[in-house]
Amino acid sequence: MKLSVVEQLRAAREAKAPVVLVTRIDDGSQRLLDVDRQPDDPLADSALEAVRTDRSLGISENGAEYFLQPFNPPVRLFVVGAVHIAQALVPMAQLAGYEVTVIDPRRAFASEDRFPGVNLVCQWPGEALAALEPDRRSAVVTLSHDPKIDDPALKTALATEAFYVGSLGSRRTHSGRLERLAAEGLTKAQLAHIHAPIGLDIGGRSPGEIAVSIVAEMTQTLRRGKAE
Amino acid sequence: MTEATDPSARDRYAPLDSGELLDAAAQWKREGRSVALATVISTWGSSPRPAGSMLAVDGDSRILGSVSGGCVEGAVVQEALEIMKDGRPRVLEFGVSDEDAWSVGLACGGTVRVYVERLEDG
Repeated sequence: MKLSVVEQLRAAREAKAPVVLVTRIDDGSQRLLDVDRQPDDPLADSALEAVRTDRSLGISENGAEYFLQPFNPPVRLFVVGAVHIAQALVPMAQLAGYEVTVIDPRRAFASEDRFPGVNLVCQWPGEALAALEPDRRSAVVTLSHDPKIDDPALKTALATEAFYVGSLGSRRTHSGRLERLAAEGLTKAQLAHIHAPIGLDIGGRSPGEIAVSIVAEMTQTLRRGKAE
Repeated sequence: MTEATDPSARDRYAPLDSGELLDAAAQWKREGRSVALATVISTWGSSPRPAGSMLAVDGDSRILGSVSGGCVEGAVVQEALEIMKDGRPRVLEFGVSDEDAWSVGLACGGTVRVYVERLEDG
């Protein structure tokens, strides 16, 4: 591999463009395939599959073996509510490969002391989240328990392609939330996308344990599609 | 935690993805070290790391990433050191059907093919 290929991969990642590294195994020649810009490439269909499934694959074309390795932009997580559980969730999500941003309009919560080195956005989450443009490789989690903060974030998140939207709160809290959001005009189908109560049901109690259940549910949704 | 100057330093507290691993390997190369890259290109049966998993090796056998759960890394590093010299990419196969490979210990019972290449200037 040439250093210039590494540079191109880095540029693609910064531009949030999914690309596929194509290696011809018998002679070691390599090129990058931009699936959005090169739909007519002979390997475009396989490259698109690699990007969609986020899995590498080997193919044979005219007697030669090729290896297709997708480089998707990193998955992103937007955490709304810089609360205690967020302090546990942020490093766990980073370990799982997420680029994490924490959003909370309350400066006392969204502080560098509590979240060292983390992207912090100290603004109202409805607008802040919209500006960050969650895409199909984004997850949004609301943790504040405060409808003034969580509801606008959910409204924004449900209008995007975010693969996971989860909201902390008991069943009772969630049914109240559903009523408020329905009154704001969100459809039943949209509201059904919210994972609540949040996280896989593993009986977690402490902030760390609840964070484990959230990361597990995000992973399940990312890798297997919608949970059963 | 602020971004470390050496991307390989981050591997100490979080596993790097392939893009980050390549950035770290490129930095090694720019520092004047020899670098080889190993990539899992196919697996059969139960193998610990999926296709696309990567390992970077430098001339001092320093490694980043993984191509198995630790079973075949030693053998890959040996080949990588050769490839740093001759520059000829090659495919290594490890599996239960191969006595030599069995001796390096892919105990999980799977087969894995690993493509190893040199990181080049240019």
